Amino acid sequence: MTARTSGGVRRTPISYFVLILLALFAGVPLLILVFNSFKSNLELGQNPLGLPSALDFDNYAEAWSRGSIGRGMWNSVVLVGGTVIGTCLCAGACAYSLARLDMPFKRGVENYLFVVISLPVQMFIVPLFFLWSNLALIDTLFGLIIIYVALNTPFSVLLLRTFLVGIPKELDEAARIDGANEWQIAWRIILPLARPGLLTVGLVAGLGAYSELLFAVIFVTTPEKLPMATALLQYSQGHTQLFGLVNAAAVIMTLPAVLLFLFMQRKFIAGLASGGVKG
Amino acid sequence: MTTTTLSDEGRRRRRKRRLVALAFSTPALAINLLVIAGPAVSSLYYAWTDWDGFSAPNFTGLENAKRLLGDPTFWNALGHNFIWLVLFLTVPMAMGLVGAFMLSRVRRGASLFRVVFFIPYVIASVVNAQIWKSLLDPATGIAAQLDKMGITWLNDVYFFGDSNLSLYSVAFVDNWHFWGFLVVLFLAAMGGVDPSLFEAARIDGAGPFREFWHVTLPGIRATLMFAIMIISIGSLLAFDYAFAITGGGPAGSSDLVSLLVNRTAFTGLEPGYASFMALAISLLGGVFLVIFHYIRRNEESR
Repeated sequence: MTARTSGGVRRTPISYFVLILLALFAGVPLLILVFNSFKSNLELGQNPLGLPSALDFDNYAEAWSRGSIGRGMWNSVVLVGGTVIGTCLCAGACAYSLARLDMPFKRGVENYLFVVISLPVQMFIVPLFFLWSNLALIDTLFGLIIIYVALNTPFSVLLLRTFLVGIPKELDEAARIDGANEWQIAWRIILPLARPGLLTVGLVAGLGAYSELLFAVIFVTTPEKLPMATALLQYSQGHTQLFGLVNAAAVIMTLPAVLLFLFMQRKFIAGLASGGVKG
Repeated sequence: MTTTTLSDEGRRRRRKRRLVALAFSTPALAINLLVIAGPAVSSLYYAWTDWDGFSAPNFTGLENAKRLLGDPTFWNALGHNFIWLVLFLTVPMAMGLVGAFMLSRVRRGASLFRVVFFIPYVIASVVNAQIWKSLLDPATGIAAQLDKMGITWLNDVYFFGDSNLSLYSVAFVDNWHFWGFLVVLFLAAMGGVDPSLFEAARIDGAGPFREFWHVTLPGIRATLMFAIMIISIGSLLAFDYAFAITGGGPAGSSDLVSLLVNRTAFTGLEPGYASFMALAISLLGGVFLVIFHYIRRNEESR
């Protein structure tokens, strides 16, 4: 059924065997995380890896009510929202002017973006910290949003630019003849056509802002302002032996990202494959 | 007369069009200069000073370079980055290639496998760190389960607390999260290989291994180079998992350069020296980039 050639019939079972092993390697730790989030500390000691005896949401209630997790989620909503909107606006406008307007020094700007993409974080993070403290942006979500927008913009501009170049030029020329101004052309004609590209950019930027650790650790330290990633880290370091509780908090953090991924996996995979530079 | 006024008009229009274009680009470029280019350029200067972050920096010439050469904590961390590089150029590359090749040979369930492989890549590093901290904890994880079954040889193994194991354990967790990304990357590239090449290989009687070696691998060479490049650069920047799991410990046994830069600048309050460290590691990354650039140019001209 699955094989086209006679050799394929013999080979397919081996392929499935290897694939199932790899899937277990990737998936079982996640299942255990979910199982253990329902166990009390006592049960965890008796049954470290298996199914929980009951669907007990105590850990979830407690993790949420202890404050840092609920607040962390809210801070992350602000952080992710700000980053997605900021990145789409800045990168969208810049890509538009590079692809369709009479932008001076076009090649120079594009080369600059390529250089910035390959610039390691360590090259600028130290002076940036002291610049941010002088500008009173340190320890604010707004300051972190600006950083994330700046980090996401170069790759997003290049991705959107290739997208916008593909839209036929006759469209905006016709609109210009009809008396539309530059704003109306960008907003009414090009933006709706560029929506799939913006969706990819938004997903990559949003997921990045949600899980980012290095800048979040350094630039936001007040407990009330921590986004989910650093709030969870602090929570796990403050409750080292309460694995059930921390696991529940970890599931709370993971659920929105995984659900979004499952719903939009094609877009996700395409976006991350084009922009994911992580080791 | 009319022609000059027309060209004046044309020039004015062109200038206006350029201003509009600039206005559209300004927010992106301004934020980028403020966050990335400005600080990056200033760190080229701070690297040669005794800057403490608050008072005015003094130019100290080669002082920081001399100090770095004799700084055992830096060489310790840099050595770990190289171990990291070797580990990530082998283990996830092999897993990614095997996974993608097997996926390319099956029809049923292929997209489900792809999603399962990719999920860890979508999950935040702090969550993945937490998963493996509890799984590898002798009191609560795999070791405890084995203990219940009478197998006790993992009981005293502290994967993250033993200085002989910590670096490899942290790299293992990072790899667990990363290899699925390579599967997806390689699978996409394999889809682009000319199918007639596979058919020709099959007609010649090639088995799956020879097919993989002689058709698949050469067919995705550009993507392989891309993967090697992002792994090389990424290994110099690795931060999340060591920070979240061990913090570089115990006793510096899983320390990496980015953790050290971080500590030197913000805990030790020596941003001048930290900038020099960062400059050194960035130059190394630059060398990698140049090497890849030449390899790619050679490939293209061939």
